[in-house]
Amino acid sequence: MDILGLLKNNAARSGGVARDRLKLVLVHDRAGCSYTVLEMLKTDILNVISEYMDIDEDELDIKLTHMRGASGDVPVLYANIPIKNMRMAKSG
Amino acid sequence: MSEVIVVTSGKGGVGKTTTSANIGCGLALEGKKVVLVDSDIGLRNLDVVMGLENRIVYDLVDVIEGTCRLKQALIKDKRYPGLFLLPAAQTRDKNAVSPEQMKKLCEGIKDMGFEYIIIDCPAGIEQGFKNAIAGADRAIVVTTPEVSAVRDADRIIGLLEANGLNNPGLIVNRIKTDMVKRGDMMSVEDVKEILAVELLGVVPDDEAIVITTNRGEPAVADCTTRAGRAYRNITSRILGEDVPLMDLEGNEGFFGKLRKMFAL
Repeated sequence: MDILGLLKNNAARSGGVARDRLKLVLVHDRAGCSYTVLEMLKTDILNVISEYMDIDEDELDIKLTHMRGASGDVPVLYANIPIKNMRMAKSG
Repeated sequence: MSEVIVVTSGKGGVGKTTTSANIGCGLALEGKKVVLVDSDIGLRNLDVVMGLENRIVYDLVDVIEGTCRLKQALIKDKRYPGLFLLPAAQTRDKNAVSPEQMKKLCEGIKDMGFEYIIIDCPAGIEQGFKNAIAGADRAIVVTTPEVSAVRDADRIIGLLEANGLNNPGLIVNRIKTDMVKRGDMMSVEDVKEILAVELLGVVPDDEAIVITTNRGEPAVADCTTRAGRAYRNITSRILGEDVPLMDLEGNEGFFGKLRKMFAL
C-alpha cells in the first residue's frame, strides 16, 4: 500500500507533470495537428459512426497521444467510443 | 579550418548570450582565434555580457553596408588573446540584414584566419533567426528544463534540420540538482530523451553566472565555479575531446566549500 502511495505521489511531482505535459504538447506540435483540427476530425468521425450506431457522446474520448514505437515515440490517434445501441438494420 | 557555430534556442531568456560569451571565451582560452558575432540587431547584449560595451565604434550593419571595413568593426578583447567581438547595431532592425549578406560576412571572417565564429542568435524564428543560421556550419541549441523552453527547442531543432543544420548539440542550462532529486524539475535525461539530440553539456544554475555577468567577465575564466567548469567542459567537447558530464551535486556543504577553498 505504501509503495503504491509513494508511486502515486511521485507521478504527481511537478517534474513528472511537466514531462508528461511536454510530451503531449510535442505530439501535437510535431504532427502539425492543432486542437481545432482534432475537433474537426472528431465531428467527422462522429457523423460517420452515427450512420451505423448510436454512440454515447458524453463518454466519447478522442485524442492524439504517443506510444513508444521502434523509432522512439510515435503519435497515435486514440479513440474510445462507447456504443449505446447498434442499428443493425441500417448496417446490414 | 574554420567553423561557424550558431547558438540558438527559440525561446528568449534561456541563456543564449551567456552561453555564446562563455563558449567564445573558452575557445580563446584554449588558444583559438575566435570572433563572437552578436546577430540580435536592435537588441544587442553580447557586448555588455562581455564587458566590451564602451569600446564599440562600428557594428555588424556598418560592415554589411560598407560604412567600414570588417577589421575596423572587430573589437579585440584585451583580456583574452585571440578573442574578438562583432557587435550588433542597436538603432536598426532585423530587416537591415539579409541571410545572403550574413553568409558573405561569415566567409569574410573565415578569410581573416579565424578558427571559430560564434553567432549569438536572437530569440524567435523570424528574420533574425534566418539571418543568424544562414552562414552556420553547426548549431548549438540552449534550453532550460521547463516545458516552454523545451517545446521551443524542439521547434528550433526542426527548423535547423529543414535548413540543413543536422545533429545540433544540446545544452541544458540552469539545472537545479536538488529540485531534480526531489522530482520537481525535469532531469537532463528527460530533456535529452524528449528532444532526441546529442547532449553537448549541462550547466548548473549557479549564482556565479549572475556575479560574473554583473562584472562583464565570462564565468568560464574562473574554474572554481561550477558554471565555469561546465562551460570549460563544453568548450573541450566542441574541440572534439571526450569529457564526461560533470558531477552536478548542488549541495556544496562543508566539504564542498573546503574543496573549493583549496581549489581541488
